Amino acid sequence: MSDGMEQVRSLADQKYKYGFVTDIEADVAPKGLNEDIIRFISAKKGEPEWLLEWRLKAYKLWLSEAEPSWAKLRHPAIDYQDAYYYSAPKKKTDGPKSLDEVDPKLLETYEKLGVPLHERAALAGVAVDAVFDSVSVATTYKGKLEELGIIFTSMSDAVKKHPELVRKYLGSVVPYSDNYFATLNSAVFTDGSFVYVPPGVRCPMELSTYFRMNAEKTGQFERTLIIADKGSYVSYLEGCTAPMRDENQLHAAVVELVALDEAEIKYSTVQNWYPGDEQGRGGIYNFVTKRGACRGRASRISWTQVETGSAITWKYPSCILQGDDSQGEFYSVAITNNFQQADTGTKMIHIGRNTRSRIISKGISAGHADNTYRGLVRVLPKAEGARNHTQCDSLLIGDRCGAHTTPYIESRNSSARIEHEATTSKISEEQLFYARQRGLSEEEAVSLIVNGFCRDVLQHLPMEFAVEAQKLVAISLEGSVG
Amino acid sequence: MTAASHPDWLESLRRAARAKADAAGLPSRRDEAWKYTDVAGLGVASFALAEKPQGGPPEAVPLGDAIRLVLVNGSLVASPDTPLPAGVVVDRLDSGFSADLVQAHLGRTIPPDAKSLATLNSALFADGVVLRIGAGVTVARPIEVLSLGQAGEEPLAFHPRCLVVVEEGGSATLIERHQGSGTYFSNSVLEIALASGAALRHYKLQDEAAQAVHVATLGVSLAAGAHYDGVLVQTGARLARHEVHAALDGLEASFALDGAYLGAGQQHLDTTTFVTHVGPGGASRQVFKGVLDDQARGVFQGTVLVQRGAQKTDAHQLSKALLLSPQAEMDGKPELEIYADDVKCGHGCTIGDIDETALFYLRARGIDEATARHLLIEAFLAEVLERIEAEPVRQAFAAVVGERLQGAHATRRIDDHRQG
Repeated sequence: MSDGMEQVRSLADQKYKYGFVTDIEADVAPKGLNEDIIRFISAKKGEPEWLLEWRLKAYKLWLSEAEPSWAKLRHPAIDYQDAYYYSAPKKKTDGPKSLDEVDPKLLETYEKLGVPLHERAALAGVAVDAVFDSVSVATTYKGKLEELGIIFTSMSDAVKKHPELVRKYLGSVVPYSDNYFATLNSAVFTDGSFVYVPPGVRCPMELSTYFRMNAEKTGQFERTLIIADKGSYVSYLEGCTAPMRDENQLHAAVVELVALDEAEIKYSTVQNWYPGDEQGRGGIYNFVTKRGACRGRASRISWTQVETGSAITWKYPSCILQGDDSQGEFYSVAITNNFQQADTGTKMIHIGRNTRSRIISKGISAGHADNTYRGLVRVLPKAEGARNHTQCDSLLIGDRCGAHTTPYIESRNSSARIEHEATTSKISEEQLFYARQRGLSEEEAVSLIVNGFCRDVLQHLPMEFAVEAQKLVAISLEGSVG
Repeated sequence: MTAASHPDWLESLRRAARAKADAAGLPSRRDEAWKYTDVAGLGVASFALAEKPQGGPPEAVPLGDAIRLVLVNGSLVASPDTPLPAGVVVDRLDSGFSADLVQAHLGRTIPPDAKSLATLNSALFADGVVLRIGAGVTVARPIEVLSLGQAGEEPLAFHPRCLVVVEEGGSATLIERHQGSGTYFSNSVLEIALASGAALRHYKLQDEAAQAVHVATLGVSLAAGAHYDGVLVQTGARLARHEVHAALDGLEASFALDGAYLGAGQQHLDTTTFVTHVGPGGASRQVFKGVLDDQARGVFQGTVLVQRGAQKTDAHQLSKALLLSPQAEMDGKPELEIYADDVKCGHGCTIGDIDETALFYLRARGIDEATARHLLIEAFLAEVLERIEAEPVRQAFAAVVGERLQGAHATRRIDDHRQG
């Protein structure tokens, strides 16, 4: 295995590819967090009074709360006063009307990231609502979506143009009082995406937003809200990379999904933020609250995530299966290397009759990393005929890392069927030998086996993401095989 | 309780435990390990500490040819007939004769968690019992510890305590039975220290009185090549919790614990296990099967921790629960915490009703629904009961289980089905 050890070293030494900083003059709020900052953000965005009130209520609650400590994560205390809560790319005009009007430096950044905005929009049929730091700078394919009545815009814009929808649904899935980080987000969220799909409409393209943190020490607090009205369908992609930094950046996003009768929402994420260096210095702290409500009958929400980045990942995309015959799915690949820590999983709350949920989680831990699956399946007394199947597999690469599984399973209905299965193992020598014997290098062999291990999840990604995700898995993983 | 009679070392141990327990109080549902079980809610804190019982030992039929000890309300009332087989010592925990052995092992198999009820037991146990199986001794006759709870008008609390030490290469079978009448809180602690190559088979039947609260903490430490093989059957008590702490310290130790539990009425049956693999090459297996009727609630929490050095560990755990009534509830939390890479670990957990296809299969062969359901439940539990090697013990445990299954609940359920 000396070959392997060499590879460990060479691959572990691989520098984070996407570490560069765009020099753009940011319109920044003063450092720290207080009521004035919240008023500043709200005023900057020209928000209505009710939203400011909501933010302030959240802020007051947040002050009285303590950071949760139940996750299997260790990190130095976060100084919430030592960060900027607002930063927007400088506007040359009142706002870009087309891509030509977008700051060329921004477009350059996307080029480096491999997000050819216009090309992608044209060739792949993807409308991109790109969030650069905290403000949406370009939204394409709006025309086509508008024809169908689909609203795909930034949250700030939605607050102005569709206040009734925002007011009705914002905080209806993740209330401002939900948890410490969601409360913080409610107080200081700057932007994010807003999607509304009208009844019976099938969104013809994958909606996609590339988030990218840029200005140093600017935590990002996106707020995303997706509403699929009766009988509609939408697939949403979220992907991110971040520049290299020595200091930890805080990220506390909230994503809310609402699916009405027979509607379906598919939400896919590739998260590849800066994970910190080999010594565990730096990296993003990612505390995210994602939750979907299957409100309507036979509605369906599916979360797919590939988590390879961040120093700390704290994330539990969940489904509240309220409507009868509704369905929730969670497919996850979480990879931790070096000193990364991930505590991620899902909650499936079965409320309606004949609700079904499926969980497939693949955790891969290497280096000194810790990877935890934490999940809850709860069947309430009225959830007649509910069904859950959970499969959690962990792979350990190296003897300094940890892999943990903490599922909570609660059934209060005798007609419900719940099955949970978890395994932990390492890459089998036999499989490696078999692949090597057929002429594959160790690197290729490991990549093949690991991609096979993750297959059940990766196949649920939309085409646009699948290729990128496979490469990402390979890069993140092969780096530590020995 | 005659505290003055304890030797100094034991008295100071008890005082320290008392101080800890008083400061910590009873665990509540805010404590993660007690998330699903509210032991304080049944008012056990106000139960009076049981006095030493008067009169002779109660009459009870021993299991087969077992060597038997009887505890009534935590006090030793009947010691086994002498002579004991060579190499077997049965003694009180506070006797001078076994002081060295007891000091070396007492309290060592259970983590010093102030909130645990084992700490309360250390503070308050009446007569403790120590069993020693000498090096290389194989004891053919099983050793039985029968714990009886006898409460009259007033609810009582008592704290049975046992220490079992099996020295190098020794081997024995231990039977533990808990029964009683009235309202009482039995908070027992059993510690088992297995030296290298030692083996213990341990069969426990918890068939406490219907209004009893039963909390048992079992600590097992396993040196190199030691084997623990346990079967736990829970049918009694209003609320019961069986908490296990097993540490596979030595190389290639093995631990197997299977459990069956049957809950009806308002019963709350909790099984919580912590299995820690410390030494390399260890194997652990756990299979728990529960049947819950009426408003009964089952809890299974199982943590398998594989420490950094415990390479080549093979750890498996399975929890299966049948919910027979719409009001029954099952909560499970099987946890894996793995820090070694070359391991095979897994857990499975299922909750559901009786398999419809199996039921249909039997019905299609002319078996009526009541019998078919009964057969399937019996078969479901049989896997666990069959692991009891000692024939008379298996028969006795199976008889209790069978009786429960024949009970009114099963019949009522079938009537419901017919009407439905």
